[in-house]
Amino acid sequence: MATSTVKKIHPKKFALWIGLTSIVMFFAAFTSAYIVRKSQGDWADFALPAEFFYSTAAILGSSILLHASYKAFASEKLALFKTFLVSGFVLGLAFVVLQYQGWLSLNEVEIFIHTNQHSSFIFMITGFHVAHVLGGIAALLFAMVYAFLPRYQATTPRRLLRLEIIFTYWHFVDVLWIYLFIFFMVQQ
Amino acid sequence: MADTTILEKDLHGAHAHGEHGHDDHDHHGDRYQSAFIDNYMFSMDHKTIAKQFLITGMFWAIIGAAMSIIFRLQLGFPGADMSWLQPLLGGWINIDPATGTGTLSQEFYYALVTMHGTIIVFFVLTAGLSGTFSNLLIPLQIGARDMASPLMNMLSYWFFFLSGLVMFISLFLNTGPFSGGWTAYPPLSELPQASDGSKAGATMWIMSLVLFVVSVLLGGINYITTVLNMRTKGMSMFRLPLTIWAFLVTAIIGLLSFPVLASGFFMVMLDRTLGTSFFLNEIYIADTALTERVGGSAILYQHLFWFLGHPEVYIIILPAMGIVSEVLATHARKPIFGYKAMVFSILAIAFLSFIVWAHHMFMTGMNPFISNIFVIFTLIIAVPSAVKVFNWIATVWGGAVRFNSAMLFSLGFVSMFISGGLTGIFLGNAAIDIQQHDTYFVVAHFHIVMGVAAFFGMYAGVYHWFPRMYGRFMNEFLGKLHFWGTMIGAYCVFGPMHYLGMAGVPRRYYSFETFNAFSEFDAMNQFITIAAIITFFFQILFVVNFFYSIYKGKKQTEMNPWEATTLEWTAPIHAGHGNWEGAIPHVHRWPYDLSRYEDREFIPQTEPLKEGEKDGGH
Ligand code: HEM
Ligand SMILES: [Cu+2]
Repeated sequence: MATSTVKKIHPKKFALWIGLTSIVMFFAAFTSAYIVRKSQGDWADFALPAEFFYSTAAILGSSILLHASYKAFASEKLALFKTFLVSGFVLGLAFVVLQYQGWLSLNEVEIFIHTNQHSSFIFMITGFHVAHVLGGIAALLFAMVYAFLPRYQATTPRRLLRLEIIFTYWHFVDVLWIYLFIFFMVQQ
Repeated sequence: MADTTILEKDLHGAHAHGEHGHDDHDHHGDRYQSAFIDNYMFSMDHKTIAKQFLITGMFWAIIGAAMSIIFRLQLGFPGADMSWLQPLLGGWINIDPATGTGTLSQEFYYALVTMHGTIIVFFVLTAGLSGTFSNLLIPLQIGARDMASPLMNMLSYWFFFLSGLVMFISLFLNTGPFSGGWTAYPPLSELPQASDGSKAGATMWIMSLVLFVVSVLLGGINYITTVLNMRTKGMSMFRLPLTIWAFLVTAIIGLLSFPVLASGFFMVMLDRTLGTSFFLNEIYIADTALTERVGGSAILYQHLFWFLGHPEVYIIILPAMGIVSEVLATHARKPIFGYKAMVFSILAIAFLSFIVWAHHMFMTGMNPFISNIFVIFTLIIAVPSAVKVFNWIATVWGGAVRFNSAMLFSLGFVSMFISGGLTGIFLGNAAIDIQQHDTYFVVAHFHIVMGVAAFFGMYAGVYHWFPRMYGRFMNEFLGKLHFWGTMIGAYCVFGPMHYLGMAGVPRRYYSFETFNAFSEFDAMNQFITIAAIITFFFQILFVVNFFYSIYKGKKQTEMNPWEATTLEWTAPIHAGHGNWEGAIPHVHRWPYDLSRYEDREFIPQTEPLKEGEKDGGH
């Protein structure tokens, strides 16, 4: 059966994974450029703002809640599904706000994107990451609209797939942040 | 959603319900029958999108080539009166009030060279080649009704269109289009005060290319997903025609390398707008030091650029290689020689293409020990390349060759690829490259191996699959004329450039008048320019033939005019959206059963294996 058209993984999910690969390449390029530039010396060190630690907790929490919401939807516990979905979404928003606060507190100590090479990389990479998170927020909004519209109240395979695709993307930006965060820490 | 409809119909028609839940609103199976009429422009049919890519590519090819003629005029006939070009170029021709002679503005010369490179590399040989044939052939040759996501496919085209539109508008800017070379090295791409082209032109160049990257990524995701997930029953990976292997690997390379380019562009944009200095350090512009822009590294940009740049040249050549493999086998009436070796050399080339980028940077002051590593990897690429060349020759050897236009261009491709590959081996040696870097030797190398060869692959594909696209044939006489004109013309243009380069003539110079050292090449430069003009007119012949044949070409009467084995010829001549009227054909054998049997000249992929027969290619 290996060659039949009946697939094991849905093409849309597969396409998502390929798309994620290309996003990985973006960040691979940024972080390698960071390493290369840092290795050339003349590098001003500064501590990451405390907000980045809280935001890490927030996005991790949101992923866990959204995973729980997926499980609830799969087992047709719709009320639970909605609760988890909304709380995961709120934590996701909190992540974006905390990142922004982090930038502001860097600004407070006179560190701006153009201050030095290190700050340019930090602002650029975190900014580019937040842009991807905002894409995830938009997708979560979309999921919530479906979750609360009366027409879409039952669990169907198609809706489950849609949810899975959205959440996969969310978990991806979460893991991406964890990678970046650890990367920044190691490079300190 | 429209983009699942086609897939679903296929599944419902040919097989039982799959286990991967589809749902309620996906039962409009016949809708695509009429899509041809309503949606000609925003069509989601992969065949229409292929034509859109092709014709847009042709539009850009004409512009890009015309630009090269203008700067070749400058190189071949420096100082000649160009005032006759003023109606077209306006202020870019400077008229000397005393004598009335017009000269090409130096700034615009650089803009022309830059635009020529960008347009041909990205718009013509990436989008026009891989966009056209991946779209046309992937669904048809693997037995699918359309791409995995026809919607994304359509978006891919429109992003390409938009990207082209931005670039086109930039041609009309007051300060001119970008002029810092197709590689867009900083600081020319970053500091508006560096040159006129570095002002709005550079901004629009970057915007255009970011849109282009989006288009490539959308297309690539689709191509990969489609090839890996939507093959018809029986179409195992080792029964795929080599075209599909090439398109698949091309898409994978693109997906891994274009984001890296985009990240470099992103940093350039930040440098341009937010005052960062990723790629700037202690720059002097017009005697003023930019003291506040320090700490960056322009070489870092080159690494990011060439990490795409080198794979990009394979993104361009692999589809041409796939097309040529297919055309050579079909018209030599012989199975491709060493099918699996071909597949593995595509994979090897793809892998190696990621670890050789610094061969473009031998002269950047790189550590010579690091250069050595890149020299070795670079020279290793010659191995899979040679395997492919050998296999093409062995495929044609002793075949009952039909010397039609498609075949001639494929043979021409092999010739060009050999000639250009050989010079690559010289350049790949860091020690020799010290002499050759940034001379016309490099220009000769990459035009022959990439420019001309990829164009030949594209022409072969167009002549071969024209009936599949338009249900008619292109005119053979004009096609052969086109071939011989181009083949001879291209060697006349780029052959002498090797000598120029070996003598040290640098590339990208507006004029050599000030150097006595190069005055002995004046005649050669004139010869090249005249050859280029003649060759250009042979390409116009192709364009005329193309459009004439769409309406007036000889009608295709049989479904499989070339007696090919592959699936695209099992669909009706003017197939609608969805490709096959009935069920999708199943596949039972590899695609190269040509002249392998006493009693049968060829056996299509759809025919079951006989009792005890072994499938070819395995
Ligand atoms: C045997 C294989 C090849 C080798 C060893 C090779 C080597 C090189 C080297 C070392 C350079 C840099 C020269 C310099 O700037 O000083 C170069 C330039 C170039 N090569 Fe190749 N090459 C090979 C095949 C190809 C192929 C197959 C293509 C395209 C299809 C290609 C396209 C280019 C282009 C576009 C450039 C110039 C880019 C620029 O500076 O504007 N090469 N090649
Ligand atoms: Cu290269």
